[in-house]
Amino acid sequence: MAGISRRDFVKLLGAGGAASALGLNAGCETVPKSAKAAPRVVVVGGGFGGATCAKYLRIYDPTLNVTMIEQNPNFITCPGSNWVLGGMRTMQDITFGYDALRDKHGVNVVHDRVVSVDGAKRVVKLASGRLVEYDRLVMSPGIDFRWDAIGGYDKAASQVIPHAWKAGPQTLLLQKQLHAMRDGGTFIICPPPMPFRCPPGPPERVSMVAHYFKTHKPRSKIIILDAKEDFSKQGLFMDAWNELYPGMIEFVPASKGGKVSRVDAKTNTVYTDEGLTTHKGDVINIIPPQRAGEIAASSGLVDQSGWCPVDQHTFESRLVPNVHVIGDSAVAGALPKSGHTANNTAKMTAASIVSLFRGVKPPQPSHVNTCYSLVGPDYGISIAAVYRLNDKGVLEGVKGAGGLSPRVAPRLQRVQEAGYAQGWYKGITQDTFG
Amino acid sequence: MFLSNKHGKAVLTGLAGTLALACAASLQAQEISRAAVIASTCYTCHGTYGVSPGSIPSINDISAERMVSILQGFRSGQRASTVMGRHASGYTDEEIKEVAQYFGNLQKRGK
Repeated sequence: MAGISRRDFVKLLGAGGAASALGLNAGCETVPKSAKAAPRVVVVGGGFGGATCAKYLRIYDPTLNVTMIEQNPNFITCPGSNWVLGGMRTMQDITFGYDALRDKHGVNVVHDRVVSVDGAKRVVKLASGRLVEYDRLVMSPGIDFRWDAIGGYDKAASQVIPHAWKAGPQTLLLQKQLHAMRDGGTFIICPPPMPFRCPPGPPERVSMVAHYFKTHKPRSKIIILDAKEDFSKQGLFMDAWNELYPGMIEFVPASKGGKVSRVDAKTNTVYTDEGLTTHKGDVINIIPPQRAGEIAASSGLVDQSGWCPVDQHTFESRLVPNVHVIGDSAVAGALPKSGHTANNTAKMTAASIVSLFRGVKPPQPSHVNTCYSLVGPDYGISIAAVYRLNDKGVLEGVKGAGGLSPRVAPRLQRVQEAGYAQGWYKGITQDTFG
Repeated sequence: MFLSNKHGKAVLTGLAGTLALACAASLQAQEISRAAVIASTCYTCHGTYGVSPGSIPSINDISAERMVSILQGFRSGQRASTVMGRHASGYTDEEIKEVAQYFGNLQKRGK
């Protein structure tokens, strides 16, 4: 080490990019472990994307220094929140902490809020004033709402007419309103245009509310005023609704006047057809149009679409180097915005980051999405797909694989899938938080 | 700034050569396999390392040969399933063998 101090040597090798500037990265940036400080990965967000990524970064490479920043002490899952509305689960059942990430997987869990990201200096600034440096950053901030998209429906209005599309107090507000509603009342739900978090979520919510009505308020009605022409698993849902809840549910697609243009929270009225048609509801659920989480936008990670363009192999941002975006915020080809997708893309991103630190090729991606919906407590349906990168670098479904539960199936299969829906929930929450 | 150091440059050049040799030997060990990635997608429903906490079957204790035969059965439709046929159809014979082997090796490592 003549002529170069140990301190400088460590600094040189530890600084990402310095090795490549010296031509040391021809296929390999590996350095003796004793001489190199552990690479630092900061993960922003502790949902299905962030928590899974933090866990699998440590599984793939236990020497990594992984810090996960999440503002809340617990995470309340959106999957399962419809089951709370149906009376099948409590809020406690869908709430998870970060003890296993901290104690079992050695992740530094920091409960704070990220206020800004400096991609050039590779520093995250927290609300407490603390600065956290990273070699690679993973952003998994979920969605935010486009509060300007529907007249009269802003953040304040959502305290009266819930969206309940982020689980927590909003779920409880909607549940409280449904419980207070008279028998014979009308529940109106207004799903947003694509792309949005969990496309089969609205019809599952309709199903769970229908189950609650059937049990407690059987004269009540449900109207779906949809910004789209059709919805996920439509045939399966509608068959099941006819069987389980005949005459209770009405679906109004956009072309038949389903698109909401304005909401009046004072009178519980929804205006469609450019405001020409009014619908009065006893309980209303507006699910607003969506975009990537605000912190992704303020960090320069979103494009004009409002979402984050990424390299669909490694999920590194196309806009800010050394920052990976996963979960609902990312544009991930054919992968839907779901907790399952977030969990899978998180693992692929963890594998990619570890590979990039080691200077080896990230493995070829392979992703799965499995989405179960409960139509009733013992009536489950699903959609599944396997995804690979095509030659244009876009994740697409493998032809000949995946698809829906069969339209015609013995009742036993619906019962089995209802069981697997609940098994899936246990599996994914264990794989993410356990 | 390190390059301006008259001794530093020589040191680093030598270092690069050593690293290149070391890295060629360990490259394969450092790579994360296709099977590891595919197996990790199983964990979402079946639990981490295939140890299921719920009603979905655990898949951590199935021999490699048996797993190959089960997955091929799901893929061909010979073996009845709700969703596994739709999943297994997404993989080649080779991928199925690799992932089955991967699970077999996890058993040996006591995962």
